[in-house]
Amino acid sequence: MVAIALLSEFGAENADDLDLSGAWKLSLLSELAIGTTAVIESLELPGEIQHHLMHMGFVPEARVVVVRRAPAGDPTVYSIDGFEVALRRDTAKAIRVREYDALSARQA
Amino acid sequence: MSSCCNTETVDLPLEPRVAGGIRTVALVGPPNSGKSTLFNRLTGLRQKVANYPGVTVEQRVGRLNGIGRSDLTLIDLPGIYGLDRYSEDARVAIEVLHGEMPGTPAPDAILLVLDSLQLRRQLMLAAPVLALGLPTLVLLNMSDLMEARGGRVDTLALAQELGVPVAKISATRGAGLDAINHFLSRKAEALAGQAESSAGSADGAAAPAMRIELPVIGNPRSYRQWATGISTRTKYKAPLSSEWGKRLDGVLLHRIWGPLVFLAVVFAVFQVVFTIGQPLSDGFGNILNAAGDRVAPLLGHGWLESLTIDGVWRGVASVLVFLPQILLLFLFIGVLEDSGYLARAALIADRVMRSIGLNGKAFIPLLSAYACAVPAIMATRTIENKRDRFATILVAPFMTCSARLPIYMLMIAAFIPNKPILGDLFGLRAAVMLSLYLLGFLAALATARLLKSSILKASSAPFILELPQYRLPTVRSLSLRLMDRGKVFLRQAGTVILAVTMVLWVMSHLPTHATLGESLIGRLGHLIEPVIRPLGFNWKIGIGLLTSVMAREVIVGTLGTLYGADPATQSLGLQAALRHDLTLGGAMALVVFFAFALQCTSTLAIVRRETNSWKWPALQFCYMSVLAYVAALATNQAILHFIR
Repeated sequence: MVAIALLSEFGAENADDLDLSGAWKLSLLSELAIGTTAVIESLELPGEIQHHLMHMGFVPEARVVVVRRAPAGDPTVYSIDGFEVALRRDTAKAIRVREYDALSARQA
Repeated sequence: MSSCCNTETVDLPLEPRVAGGIRTVALVGPPNSGKSTLFNRLTGLRQKVANYPGVTVEQRVGRLNGIGRSDLTLIDLPGIYGLDRYSEDARVAIEVLHGEMPGTPAPDAILLVLDSLQLRRQLMLAAPVLALGLPTLVLLNMSDLMEARGGRVDTLALAQELGVPVAKISATRGAGLDAINHFLSRKAEALAGQAESSAGSADGAAAPAMRIELPVIGNPRSYRQWATGISTRTKYKAPLSSEWGKRLDGVLLHRIWGPLVFLAVVFAVFQVVFTIGQPLSDGFGNILNAAGDRVAPLLGHGWLESLTIDGVWRGVASVLVFLPQILLLFLFIGVLEDSGYLARAALIADRVMRSIGLNGKAFIPLLSAYACAVPAIMATRTIENKRDRFATILVAPFMTCSARLPIYMLMIAAFIPNKPILGDLFGLRAAVMLSLYLLGFLAALATARLLKSSILKASSAPFILELPQYRLPTVRSLSLRLMDRGKVFLRQAGTVILAVTMVLWVMSHLPTHATLGESLIGRLGHLIEPVIRPLGFNWKIGIGLLTSVMAREVIVGTLGTLYGADPATQSLGLQAALRHDLTLGGAMALVVFFAFALQCTSTLAIVRRETNSWKWPALQFCYMSVLAYVAALATNQAILHFIR
């Protein structure tokens, strides 16, 4: 059941492409480069905002893609569950993610 | 994270709350699910818009005329992501759904609208809504778009998972809406005690099973696991995001093109409101005045004519003239919002707005305030965060609205020589005008900072902005929006402004046969003269300040009447009369006073409506008046001491 839940987080069609045993690098959502895909680990925001974001789909194990930055460099647009939402750096800083680290996976 | 333990099996008590079957239906859905479009589609043009008691959340109620069920009432709930009391919107939704909202009947059935383009996430709202146990129909909106872009979902399987019927619809096209009628009549039958017919997957409405699994209530993480599980089991395939939408974002949010397009849009709004809106408003004003002149002879030449035409009609007309500009502005905002550009504009403006403590969504309302604060304050509804919204409402009247122009133009023409500064294009008069615009803008910035660091401090909700997909705005939704805003504005003009106008007229005509200077308002003018004398104002200006509390431009008319009635200045034109009677310091103090003061009952009334309390307009009026007084005093004294 756990495995099924995990796979379904990635969407069935993508499950085969992802190597879950590889190397994962922990970082903050705000630090990711454009085009990066990462999986949410945890959120550490004040109650109300945390709740709001979680109801929008920002929950642990959800997959998030960094889409683009606003012309001024902040806020940044993220894609989650097929829709786009913009967050300021302050907010994204409080979201821990793990990013699939292709380089260290190859070395290992 | 064991998903098995996060769900529990619930038997839904699908029993009527009211014995009489279905009377009231609630429309529930997340923001951007197309809920408003569906509401308009289902109710037609006759809808009631008001605020829920005690809060600033808008309540929309209408009859289900659109599908021929005028016996049923449809309540549109605010767009929500979940049913936890974390926001005012959600609190209102919960109270309405539980029948605890005073004045709103408890709903007997629910229409749950979900955007099928992002079903996996939107399904999260289904869990708490289904747990309410009311008869529910799930509507997968924009399903035509989903299928056209290669998405799919098994509605029958979804209905079995959710335990309620599911129908695919398209609110913009009006497709699949028969399913709603079908659902309501079948539920009504079932509730009336007839045999429950669970059959009938006709019209795309699939049959329900009664026993379903719901996640633990109140835990978003289990909601999401539940929603993801269901979307996988019902073979939901999200549509590909539209290619041209991505390409459009590539330009509109581009590092260089983005801000350029943004500035062009801003400029266009400004330009249209002034160059097209102003003549429209002037023309409309002429029509209104001509209509008054036509009616006047019918009323004879007594006090009745004076009250109706000079008092009420002229007063109300002076506010009504803003209607074309307001509608034009809302047309613009409507197109920007419905197309999805407004969210991008907010994203671009956020960085600048943040420096004054507001967020990007405040940009468009503040821009609109250059035309008129009334529609601007109405437009703050797009700002979800209450503190940010209130701060925007409180600073909006500092923006130089078009009602300030008549007095600015009059005083500048009368007192400022037209000396060129930069050739013929930019003269001293233009420089003074520009400084007045700048003055208002700076006051707004300073006030926003002040508010955000004091009474409206530490907004706990940061900038979270959903970027909707680009869509073509429909004529239907734009016209509904305009009618809506027009109605609100006209109601205002018909009530508050009418009352104030009548009071002012009575005060300027009592006691009977007295000159204006001896009337109640004239005496009031003399009474406040000692207070305004340090500003360089005389009692006539004082009366102008009093009458212009109704609307700023009224002062020009008042001064015209007063100087026209005074034998000493009768033979002079208004500009010459003012030069004869005021110093340069007094004149400049007057325009500075108008740059800051909140001389506008419409604004006060709309702030009262939008904040749902007299506290905010009272605070705003006092703050702006004090600021205006101090600034005017400083201006007069400075000119007195330095320029002379």
